[in-house]
Amino acid sequence: MHPDISVKNLYKTYASGHQALKDINLDIRRGEIFALLGPNGAGKTTLISIICGIVNHTSGTVLADGHNIASDYRAARTKIGLVPQELNTDAFETVWDTVSFSRGLFGKAPNPAHIEKVLKSLSLWDKRDSRIMALSGGMKRRVMIAKALSHEPQILFLDEPTAGVDVELRRDMWELVRRLRENGVTIILTTHYIEEAEEMADRIGVISQGELILVEDKHTLMQQLGKKELRLHLQAPLESVPDSLSDLQLELSDDGTELVYTFDTSEERTGIATLLRRLAEQGVDFKDLRTRESSLEEIFVNLVKAKV
Amino acid sequence: MNVYGIRAIYKFEMARMWRTLMQSVLSPVISTSLYFVVFGSAIGSRMGDIDGVSYGAFIIPGLIMLSLLMQSISNASFGIYMPKFSGTIYEVLSAPVSFVEVVIGYVGAAATKSTILGLIILLTARLFVDYSIDHPVWMFLFLVLTAITFSLFGFIIGIWADTFEKLQIVPLMIVTPLVFLGGTFYSISMLPPIWQTITLFNPVVYLISGFRWAFYGISDVNVLLCAGMTFLFMVICLVIIAMIFKTGYRLRS
Repeated sequence: MHPDISVKNLYKTYASGHQALKDINLDIRRGEIFALLGPNGAGKTTLISIICGIVNHTSGTVLADGHNIASDYRAARTKIGLVPQELNTDAFETVWDTVSFSRGLFGKAPNPAHIEKVLKSLSLWDKRDSRIMALSGGMKRRVMIAKALSHEPQILFLDEPTAGVDVELRRDMWELVRRLRENGVTIILTTHYIEEAEEMADRIGVISQGELILVEDKHTLMQQLGKKELRLHLQAPLESVPDSLSDLQLELSDDGTELVYTFDTSEERTGIATLLRRLAEQGVDFKDLRTRESSLEEIFVNLVKAKV
Repeated sequence: MNVYGIRAIYKFEMARMWRTLMQSVLSPVISTSLYFVVFGSAIGSRMGDIDGVSYGAFIIPGLIMLSLLMQSISNASFGIYMPKFSGTIYEVLSAPVSFVEVVIGYVGAAATKSTILGLIILLTARLFVDYSIDHPVWMFLFLVLTAITFSLFGFIIGIWADTFEKLQIVPLMIVTPLVFLGGTFYSISMLPPIWQTITLFNPVVYLISGFRWAFYGISDVNVLLCAGMTFLFMVICLVIIAMIFKTGYRLRS
């Protein structure tokens, strides 16, 4: 079976000269949840905007369910639903009208039963006759999802679906995504929250400065990313890590004032208790300690470095 | 052809007209009525006939054209500018609709609205002046052709404009002078010869002339030329729109 989305040698340079995407190659399988992870400005939105037809690409090919998005755009776009990042909605239309409009726009015959199902699944049924401008931000986002689902797409793009939404809506959204997947919908979501990718995705792609740095199965990637650091600020600087502690994952900072212990949060035993006990035995005193997770930014930097 | 897509856009745009009924219909009717009162009844009664037509009746085709042009442009330009402004354009751009279908939806709705408005103004004029329509079918054809042509023109302005100011500036600074100088209130033959020649470069002259011919059988320029020029202008607009969609100008980055 061919992939639902196939991106080959995709480049995008904006008129300003900014190169937003460099040689992107990516296949997204039917029925998977794919998370595209990356910092702001990495090119996530540009990539999905190209696939959905909102932005022109400079070179390369994109197929949606085997249909070229440029030469066979009708067939390609019919398969795709998009929930953009911004809350771009009409103001004066009712919820029902705007969702019905979307269905018609995508070339589907009216089907009130389907619209009803979509609105109910998003807890919008009570609001069907409300004007959009009277809705809260969270409700507007639900409307945008309803619009994207109105024409029964096979592939759904969610661009930062949970940016700025409350916990309840986030949970609802995750639940909805799971239900859609059960129905065979392929889902591509962009996010800069690692937790979100962790919670939802089957596979994760990391994009940075317009390049797709890696595409990995979630479990594999999480093991790489789930590292934490314990930094011990020493009473007295050391010249090197004592030999007696060399079996531990310890590093000494350049100025010798900090010992850095890296451990895996997903392990049952992190080894911290052992480390502290052995430091005491060795008489290495410290005046402060802190733990920190590598930030996404750092992970990206490390990934880029590892790639070079 | 994505007929459901065209219908969705058309319906959406027509719904906007009903929501803004006051602005869409009432205000042009009121302003045109004022023209009839001032120029038709008050001043017109002191003016002589032009080519055997009373001055009040003479200005009817021009005044209808004035509203038709302004409303076609503003309806169509606003119709496409608003989604760009609010960001909802993403949906149209990502939908399986061709540019022809998008144009039929938006321009069709704008032209429908201004045609209805033109007919309403025609009926309103009856309250002030007596007039006859010699060629009603031609009159309607000119009405529809002009509505479509200037809705296309408005559509281009709506895509080009990136501020509300630009949206207003073309109708205000270009179209209004062209209409006023295009023979709405006078016959071209009343101008000095040099101005008569200059006026022939004003496309609105042909619209008003042809339209007036449909009413009274009198025209400043040949009627076929009038129809041809209007048609030519429509084709130019269509070509520009096709190029806009091909290049993505102001729509797709």
